[in-house]
Amino acid sequence: MNNSETLLLFLVIPFISAAILAVVGDRKLAPEVNIACSTATFAASVALAVEYCLNGPMLAGGNLFFVDALNIFLAVLTSFVSMTTAVFSRRYMRREREHGRVDHVAMRYYHVMFQMFIFSMILSLMSNNIGLLWIATELATLTTVLLVSLYRTPTAIEAAWKYFILCGVGIALALFGTVLVYFAAEKVLGEGGEAMLWTNLNMVGGQLEPTILSLAFVFMMVGYGAKVGLVPLHNWLPDAHSEGPTPISALLSGLLLNIALYSIIRCKALVDASTKTSYAGDMMMAFGIISVLVAGFSILRQKDIKRMFAYSSIEHMGIATFAFGLGGTLATFAGLLHLLMHSLTKSAVFFTAGHAAQINGTQEMDKIKGLFKSNPLVGWSLMFGVMALAGMPPFGIFTSEFMILTATIQQAPIWSLFLLIGLGVAFAGLIRVVQPMVSGEAPDYQEPIKAAHLPVIIHLAIVLIMGLYIPGFLNQWFNTAVEMLK
Amino acid sequence: MEITLETASQVIDFLAALVLITSFAMLAQRRIYGLIHLFAWQGLFLAINTAFVGYMADKSHLFISAGLTLGLKVFLLPYIFYILVHRLNIRKEVENMVNIPTLMFIGIALVILSYYVTAPVRELSTLMTRSTLTFALATVMMGLLMMITRRNAVTQVIGFLAMENSLFFAATSATYGMPLVVELGVALDILIAAFIFGIFFFHINTTFDSLDVDRMAKLKEDEMDE
Repeated sequence: MNNSETLLLFLVIPFISAAILAVVGDRKLAPEVNIACSTATFAASVALAVEYCLNGPMLAGGNLFFVDALNIFLAVLTSFVSMTTAVFSRRYMRREREHGRVDHVAMRYYHVMFQMFIFSMILSLMSNNIGLLWIATELATLTTVLLVSLYRTPTAIEAAWKYFILCGVGIALALFGTVLVYFAAEKVLGEGGEAMLWTNLNMVGGQLEPTILSLAFVFMMVGYGAKVGLVPLHNWLPDAHSEGPTPISALLSGLLLNIALYSIIRCKALVDASTKTSYAGDMMMAFGIISVLVAGFSILRQKDIKRMFAYSSIEHMGIATFAFGLGGTLATFAGLLHLLMHSLTKSAVFFTAGHAAQINGTQEMDKIKGLFKSNPLVGWSLMFGVMALAGMPPFGIFTSEFMILTATIQQAPIWSLFLLIGLGVAFAGLIRVVQPMVSGEAPDYQEPIKAAHLPVIIHLAIVLIMGLYIPGFLNQWFNTAVEMLK
Repeated sequence: MEITLETASQVIDFLAALVLITSFAMLAQRRIYGLIHLFAWQGLFLAINTAFVGYMADKSHLFISAGLTLGLKVFLLPYIFYILVHRLNIRKEVENMVNIPTLMFIGIALVILSYYVTAPVRELSTLMTRSTLTFALATVMMGLLMMITRRNAVTQVIGFLAMENSLFFAATSATYGMPLVVELGVALDILIAAFIFGIFFFHINTTFDSLDVDRMAKLKEDEMDE
């Protein structure tokens, strides 16, 4: 495989950005610097993607990092969404600062950790070493914990504590799983770092001891599953996603959950190669379907707008986990598409939810009213965003959900019943609440805001276009990734 | 002096048993200062064990790992905890939890469970440390149990760190330790985590006027109901 300098550059940029922002601090231009840094990261990811298209899979940094069809699309997605989030965060956080919800020190901290968070996510995606993957995922938790409690309210601190403890436990179990994988790999590949590399592990998958790998997968599934927010380990997610600043909610829901699921699907491919049974897949299907059902019904009970969308994230991650568990060409392809569509839609929806909450001065849905009148663009984005999220055609989520459902009916008909119930309940739950929020008269406690419309419009436009047409290069990446995974 | 493999294996098992006993003691310990001492002891046994395995198996990177454990888990972290507990002036030392005999029984059940779960590894492994993996998994589980049953933020964190201790232990017993890059990374993560925990103690203490996590109940689901 070729070596790639671009890959190292891609990893280094967010790290340097964090250092730059630490120096810039709470100066007036800090949000713009943040946007510039995130744009540079995105540019590097595009350059890497082009290089991948020309050269195929690549390694870097003494085999420690790699690019293949599966991580390249997630890397581009991650850097793209972090760029648009930086754009959104400029106006949003400026307003929070003016209203005194965050102070001088907190703003510096916010920008530094924003970049460190992106760095840790890219590190886990590009890491070829399963140990490094674990370290980076843990780092992602650590960087976000104090972001969740940025407002220092009692509920925010409670949410962050829960997040810290539950994900800490989860990730500890995942490390035990990692040790077991290394134990099995060491027998085949010999001692040392080489036995922890995905590129080597995937080559010798068939020779690894199945009993050890099955045991390892249980720990990995539970450990990283807690980070994906799969039921019954989901308790922290609605709190953490609703109490932090909205840009962070968008990144947590849109990107971090993907990273955790990414680790699980890589493990699953490895375990499948070793055990040659559907053991890992069955476990993922069960976790997935339970998450869809529980989250679907929980959506109905929510009063807080961000909390509701957090439950919707659990539902969508459940759908994706189920799809990967089901396996086969169609379901795996749909799973990848679903990850992509959900990231874009969910971050867009969180952006508008953040705006709606700022306009009304509350996150309670009962008090959010008449958005069409007070700020039509926010109103329409919320409307279309929720429609896309609920899975209405012609948006991309409809496409992926339809494909998953088709695959389920073909391969495991009984499961499709539960999947349909979950999807239906979530659909009803989401559509039911959106109408009172957008229509009607605007109450007099509303305040006008300067909203960042561009990120939302771009995200929803992509989701709409992808619902109708998937570009050739993406199709090719997905197909290559499906070959690796199924 | 030449140590035979059999003796070595017995010494390792003995040290592993000491780690397990400290875990049980931590489950039963109600006083926070006592808990910090036990945590430091556990780290010490672990460091000796790692260094001994490193010496017997002639793996120099295990010495670095042992040194890390000694510096971080025996001196630095307990010291930080000591200062924190002192500064935060935690008076209420006896906390509500599941009663101790029940906890001990659950602990014993976890050890038996771990024995069965790690059976395939024991069969396949040829290392002299193979039987200690059972102890390692048992201590992981007991750290978990401690985190669940304790209601004080500081003791929950000690439970968390005890779990991390056992994971190092597991890596040493299953494979003579993971590659150095990984071990260093993990150690760095734990160090960062410890600092964040420290910051948190102050946040929690100032916001809730106590480190009792039961006071945090605002985000319970039922409040969402009509």
